[in-house]
Amino acid sequence: MELTMAGALNAALRDAMRQDDSVVVYGEDVGRLGGVFRITDGLQAEMGTDRCFDTPVAEAGIAGTALGMALYGLRPVVEMQFDGFSYPALNQVISHVAKYRNRTRGRVGLPMVIRIPYGGGIGAVEHHSESPEAYYSHTAGLTVVSPGTPGDAYALLRASIAFDDPVIFLEPKRRYWLKEDLDLPVTAPPIGEAIVRRAGTAATLIAYGPMVNTAMEAATRAADESGWDLEVVDVRTLSPVDMDTLVTSATKTGRALVVHEAARFAGYGAEIAAELSERAFGYLAAPVLRVTGFDVPYPSAKIERHFLPDADRILDAVARLLEY
Amino acid sequence: MSVEVSSAASGPSSFPGLPKAAWQDVAAEGALSAAQSHDVELSTEQLRSLYRLMALSRRVDRQAINLTRQGALGVFASSHGQEAAQVGAVFALEAEDWLFPTYRETVGTFARGVDVVEILALFSGSWHCGFDPYQYRVAPLTTPLATQALHAVGLAMAARIKHDPIVALTFFGDGAASEGDAHEALNMAGVFGAPVVFVVQNNGYAISVPYRLQTKTSSIALRAAGVGMPGIRVDGNDVISVYGAVKTAVDRARRGDGPTLIEAVTYRLEAHTTADDTSRYRSDDEAAEWRVRDPVERFLRVLRDGGVVDDAFVAEVEAEGEATAARMRDSLFDAPAGDPREMFDHVYAARTPQLDAQRALLEQELRAGEEH
Ligand SMILES: Cc1ncc(C[n+]2csc(CCOP(=O)(O)OP(=O)(O)O)c2C)c(N)n1
Ligand SMILES: [Mg+2]
Repeated sequence: MELTMAGALNAALRDAMRQDDSVVVYGEDVGRLGGVFRITDGLQAEMGTDRCFDTPVAEAGIAGTALGMALYGLRPVVEMQFDGFSYPALNQVISHVAKYRNRTRGRVGLPMVIRIPYGGGIGAVEHHSESPEAYYSHTAGLTVVSPGTPGDAYALLRASIAFDDPVIFLEPKRRYWLKEDLDLPVTAPPIGEAIVRRAGTAATLIAYGPMVNTAMEAATRAADESGWDLEVVDVRTLSPVDMDTLVTSATKTGRALVVHEAARFAGYGAEIAAELSERAFGYLAAPVLRVTGFDVPYPSAKIERHFLPDADRILDAVARLLEY
Repeated sequence: MSVEVSSAASGPSSFPGLPKAAWQDVAAEGALSAAQSHDVELSTEQLRSLYRLMALSRRVDRQAINLTRQGALGVFASSHGQEAAQVGAVFALEAEDWLFPTYRETVGTFARGVDVVEILALFSGSWHCGFDPYQYRVAPLTTPLATQALHAVGLAMAARIKHDPIVALTFFGDGAASEGDAHEALNMAGVFGAPVVFVVQNNGYAISVPYRLQTKTSSIALRAAGVGMPGIRVDGNDVISVYGAVKTAVDRARRGDGPTLIEAVTYRLEAHTTADDTSRYRSDDEAAEWRVRDPVERFLRVLRDGGVVDDAFVAEVEAEGEATAARMRDSLFDAPAGDPREMFDHVYAARTPQLDAQRALLEQELRAGEEH
């Protein structure tokens, strides 16, 4: 069955709710409307208003009440309507959601998922194209997941809902309409494992979420246009990251490039580059490079394409990488 | 400095038939009724229990202050003067109900039955939360202001979804009431009819900042009107009134009739914490006025006059207080610091490879330390 990523996420929520009564879904406009991106479409009609409901416009309230629900044994899956509007909930997420297990000495784990559509590329107005993954990945106690394909969107969301720790689930909104032929339920490696999406020998492209597709496109073009055989690793779980898979790939190819939409400085790629240079130093023929957004507030729609990394920017960097 | 105003806004009506604007003004003060009296059902046994918990609270609080001065606790936020507000409120809960306290509610948490040494872990620095929330149905003492109110609302919403007739009670302060999370909690509880009781201990101060700088209104209870729930303002130094008001709210919540906001007006007789200096922001005279309304002595007078307690009972409670204080001293002095390796154990359900590596690094440092 051909499914979009949005459809796969919707199917994952529906299947999880059918299987487990303790799964509840709520947020702004997720009930009657089915979410502004329709990810929760039809859930309220099927499951009722106790299981899928709309809330007041209150992001801290959504995250904070989800904690209380998880404390009481439910598995809340809540939606932040947009990346830029997840910030009012940061106090709850950083001070409590992330720390509760540790604070209680392991006695209270919080099975809850906070879904956030993130990233740019859809021509949105200000505050609708943010890439907040570094904030969450920097916070101990959070598990940060971001799928790059429809199949992974299904599998990783199901796994996140079944997970016994809080998951920040970052949905690459520009890929919501990406299609894939899928047999549900999709199975995939668990949370915490990266995947080699394309095997190659010349260099490793490391990507996640919205950039997986871009990296794959770059690898295809590199093969066609230049005869470069690139490996693409999809990180999938940003934190705790599967460093072994990344190190193995970089060690094999001897060259690595991290790609993300988010700004460069103190971004997610900086951590990966630093870790690779520590663990694979002796195998690397070149410094680990980064292809990222710029260190500017996310630009307005008409110029966003100049901010976003694309296959061209990746291939330019690969050329530099291969020159060493 | 001049501000440019467009002529359409400042001039006369832009066309002759433009209707006049009209609006209603909300009165600056909502309506607080005059105090009404209510019967409260409390057996002799319950009255004695209440007194016992308040007197023990007073002793436990004093001991915590002493232990802080002696270095066994790093810091402590005293409840001296607020025993009626905390104990009276908690006394209205049933065993299956949940409590969501702040750093201020050590004695309310104690009255709920949590081991006092476990409560004080937060202040002794042995662990952030020293007790098992599931054992007592008490959430960890919370320091980011008002955040726990949302946890109470969420838990109460979950209980409603599961059709469990339980109630969540959360405390917060007059300062915390200004936080966005407090508003979101009240509003969401109202919208969902969550079985929550919000008890605001208005003790006059948020560290040094007085009540009048938190709000232009005369009572925090007035906010209930803005979120569609009953609001109650009660003398927080009168334990019978606090209990009566909270019990009414707890019963209402349990019946499925939704949340209540209660403002308990009280006073913190001690400093904000042991690290605070009240002389920089309030007078001794002010505190002296409140000392006259001491909630423990006041309740004891009532009980003695009513023949509910006698000297023997009071002495018995005092002895229990001394024994509890002695146990606190013994347990908190020279309490082992704990194994630093444990800091890696509860970040996630299972230790990650990264945490294993960092634990190994610490292990090396510890070994090197032992060798020196
Ligand atoms: C979000 C947040 N901001 C600031 C502080 C620092 N702080 C600790 S207690 C306090 C005053 C709180 O006053 P109130 O809510 O009236 O409670 P009380 O201490 O009087 O019981 C402040 C500002 C905090 N703990 N959390
Ligand atoms: Mg106060």
